[in-house]
Amino acid sequence: MRHVISVLVENESGVLSRVVGLFSARGFNIETLTVAPVGDGETSRITLVTRGEEGIIEQILKQLNKLVPVIQVADLTEGPHVERELMLVKVATDRDTRAEVLRIADIFRSRVVDATTSSFMIEVTGDSSKLDACLALLTPLGVTEMVRTGLVALSRGEKGMVNKASHP
Amino acid sequence: MTGAQIVIQTLLDLGVDTLFGYPGGTVLYIYDELYKNKHRIHHYLTRHEQGAVHAADGYARVTGRVGVAIVTSGPGATNAVTGLATAHMDSIPLLCISGQVPVALIGNDAFQEADTVGITRSCTKHNFLVRDVNDLARVLREAHYIARTGRPGPVLVDIPKDVTVAEAEYVHSAAEPKIRSYRPTQIGHIGQIRRGARMLQQAKKPVLYVGGGAVLSNASDELFRLVEGLGFPVTNTLMGLGSFPAADERFIGMLGMHGTYEANMAVSHCDLLVAIGARFDDRVTGKISVFAPHATIIHIDVDPTSISKNVKVDLPIVGDVKQVLGQLNELVHAPEFQSARPDVSDWWEDINGWRKRECLRYTQGPDVIEPQYVLQCLHTVTKGEAIIATDVGQHQMWAAQFYGFQKPRRWLTSGGLGTMGYGLPAGMGAQVAMPDAQVVVITGEGSLQMNIQEFATCLQYHLPVKVVILNNGYLGMVRQWQEFFYQRRYAESDMDVTPDFVKLAEAYGALGLRCDKVADVTATLEKGLAYPGTVIMDFHVNREANVYPMVPAGAGLSEMILI
Repeated sequence: MRHVISVLVENESGVLSRVVGLFSARGFNIETLTVAPVGDGETSRITLVTRGEEGIIEQILKQLNKLVPVIQVADLTEGPHVERELMLVKVATDRDTRAEVLRIADIFRSRVVDATTSSFMIEVTGDSSKLDACLALLTPLGVTEMVRTGLVALSRGEKGMVNKASHP
Repeated sequence: MTGAQIVIQTLLDLGVDTLFGYPGGTVLYIYDELYKNKHRIHHYLTRHEQGAVHAADGYARVTGRVGVAIVTSGPGATNAVTGLATAHMDSIPLLCISGQVPVALIGNDAFQEADTVGITRSCTKHNFLVRDVNDLARVLREAHYIARTGRPGPVLVDIPKDVTVAEAEYVHSAAEPKIRSYRPTQIGHIGQIRRGARMLQQAKKPVLYVGGGAVLSNASDELFRLVEGLGFPVTNTLMGLGSFPAADERFIGMLGMHGTYEANMAVSHCDLLVAIGARFDDRVTGKISVFAPHATIIHIDVDPTSISKNVKVDLPIVGDVKQVLGQLNELVHAPEFQSARPDVSDWWEDINGWRKRECLRYTQGPDVIEPQYVLQCLHTVTKGEAIIATDVGQHQMWAAQFYGFQKPRRWLTSGGLGTMGYGLPAGMGAQVAMPDAQVVVITGEGSLQMNIQEFATCLQYHLPVKVVILNNGYLGMVRQWQEFFYQRRYAESDMDVTPDFVKLAEAYGALGLRCDKVADVTATLEKGLAYPGTVIMDFHVNREANVYPMVPAGAGLSEMILI
């Protein structure tokens, strides 16, 4: 099953390689990975998507917790949460397809962030399935390049990991 | 103070008075300070960095303190890797200080540069690169703290050369470091422990399966008290030997691949398995699907990742073994528990039936020395009180089966990584820690040659380590597997050329003794052990002796090959 795991870590060099190294050394898979500093810059938050049986996910959570610079680990898929991903997609266009591309961009509430006489660049945000759907419609029209950030996610409600971490 | 002075002062403040190491360019400022402080901190120069780390490991295993090793950058650090990995697998508290090229050169492929933090990331509990001298004291204190708390392990601190020259103010601190992201659980959850006590009370066929965690947390007294309160059988893993006295009638021997018939049958038939500081290694469980198939499992361990990693556990109790057993003992020794103490007499009848199989028996004929006989004689001559360090292979398993450990921290062996070459340097470290103790290294002619250079270190520091070689001219365990599973095709396991170990000992300035007669075994041991200095005793034993019983890899524990 797919799991979205959020990891709050000390913002110091080498932490990401500890996390990634743990996955590769133990044969766990990472589907997407995002990382950036949060709050005062002393901590970073890693969001990763992985798949596995219950036992594997339990091991992943425990192994992550065991890493010394890891402050907190949560499996967001255990409760209600919001997922977002950002995609930039470049579509080659001609006279026949330009209007269609704009229409699709509109349907997905995405924005055109660059345009030339023969191309558009579109920024789409949403959960991963929305991005997949948008891409599926744009691909036949001539996608030349695209990039996705991977997932970021937060649990719903007022409580979260940062609050807990700042009051050790 | 300079960085180098801070290193020494911090170590002294942490109570470190013994180091094992090997100098080199990037650690010369630290060595210069060591020279100036040699009255306060003793450095032992090994002949190889691997030897230094194993020696620190042996020191840690017998004392329970953090062993400290110091190596230079590049090849010094890479040579230390096997020692770190060995300590990591066996959860040994270790602090390894490595030199690094100056900060400005890091990443430039400088002379003797290696990405030490990168290389050692997966074989240490944690590691640090100190870029700023102002962080140095804090990092060393944190490293020492991380090494010895929770599930212990090796921690490496990589220090660039310029950091050892730079200056910073040194502030003495005796306080335990506070690391917000590192807070291991010590005390067991009382609700879980109560549930555990109820399960103990209902057991009809229980087994306590005790591993190295009981040794590491100094829980032997608590374990003994628990067994007194329960009357249950105890089996040890290889790493747990000595945590419970081998001569006690409730001890049923080691379990696993070369465990006793009674231990493995008991685990295969038990209804309650209590794993205490043990991690269900594949050499213990055999085929997982038929491991303790009828049992409810309680697992006590300080490391949550060990729980339900290999075997699904019914009741996990996370905490330090000593603490948890103390908590459990309060319940078990309470009158309400004792008045309804579980009756396990039928279970003991089953176990004593399996015991009658005498799975460790062997026959000592008049001519060829059997390796098991040497170990039994060694036990007699040393009264079972020696500190035993081993290498890896048949001799290791025979030592585990036949020496009979009565107390913890007297058995030094590479259980997890299986490192040939561990025994001599580890025994050397143990002898440094316990100058008056009888330290015996049991080894094979193959293993000994992997780190034989440390013999020189023993001589240099007058360490009276006694080396007992069970010499069969083979990589014995490899040969045994080839005999059993590869139709006797002894590919590259026949060591035809070995040195004359007597002459070799003499070349180093030590005593060398050879023994190839059954009648001389005891006399040779007595002579060697009585000698005040370093000794090699070379026992030429039955070339084709095998370790029995054996569970073939991948088979279930009840499918044993018996003699």
